[in-house]
Amino acid sequence: MRFIKKHGVNIGIIVAFSLFAGYSVFTGYLPGLEILKGNFRTFAIELISMLPLMFILIGLFDVWLPKEKVQKHIGAGSGMKGSLLVALLAFMQAGPLYAAFPVAYMLWKKGCSRFNIFIYLGAFSTLKIPMLMFEIGFLGVKFSLLRIVLTMPAVIAIAFTMDRYYAKKSFKIKSL
Amino acid sequence: MKLLLIFTGACLILSFIGDRKKTVMGLKKGATMFLRILPTILTVIIVVSILLYLIPEQKIALWFGEGSGIGGYIAAALLGSISLIQGFIAFPMAGVLVQSGVGYPVIAIFITTLLMVGIMTMPVEARYFGWRVALIRNSLAFVFALAVGVFMGFIWNLF
Repeated sequence: MRFIKKHGVNIGIIVAFSLFAGYSVFTGYLPGLEILKGNFRTFAIELISMLPLMFILIGLFDVWLPKEKVQKHIGAGSGMKGSLLVALLAFMQAGPLYAAFPVAYMLWKKGCSRFNIFIYLGAFSTLKIPMLMFEIGFLGVKFSLLRIVLTMPAVIAIAFTMDRYYAKKSFKIKSL
Repeated sequence: MKLLLIFTGACLILSFIGDRKKTVMGLKKGATMFLRILPTILTVIIVVSILLYLIPEQKIALWFGEGSGIGGYIAAALLGSISLIQGFIAFPMAGVLVQSGVGYPVIAIFITTLLMVGIMTMPVEARYFGWRVALIRNSLAFVFALAVGVFMGFIWNLF
């Protein structure tokens, strides 16, 4: 019940879209079919193929890694080493930005520092090793290197600003 | 993608061998979190799919490809911010734009905002972090992405 209440608008949109999709398929309504076969399919495949795997990993991470250990490595006072560690974790991942939020939540729950949470999000959106060769292939080494080198200070600056901004305010990441 | 599948599979098997009960608990937790965020993500995907259909990509590309100078920078930043395009599509698309004469700084802004700013996915971000964090983070990322492009414009010809 709480679930429906919380997601009222979302569920409305999903139901309406399902009806629209059903109608389009049934009557062969072209714009509807184009939306379904084009963008929606691409996004849906990404969602179905990637997110469940991510959440399996997040769940396992939750039960296996003790908070004290995680906190020691990437918590407050873990210094540059901690930031490098979360950045490395982010670099290895691929996928859309919204896949990073649940991971950030889990890191936060395990005691990751506020600064490192934003380093994680920034690093995730700067460089993805699995995508790097692809980027270089289409845009060249010079472009990719310059882009990454120029974005790094931005990532640090954003993390620093967010961290400072919340120094005296309450900051938390919700489990939903 | 395959790598993630193999990695997750390996972790699952190891976890099962290590502790069956713990593994089941972890899977349950993961599934709950997944189901809770799923409606929000689905809605975002539906809305973006319809919007993308209504605004053809080529048209937008032309729009910021033609506009050189500041207009082009801002158009690229706006496009990157509202888009939800996978790298597998975005990088080839950027490659085509470069070949059709769009400058690298503009491409840098497009790619950077695409990766860092997510206006369409802000409802998902806000579910976890709250609207305040989502708004501030996205605005900062937007400004810094523009800065990245401007700097890229300054130093591109130095190398």
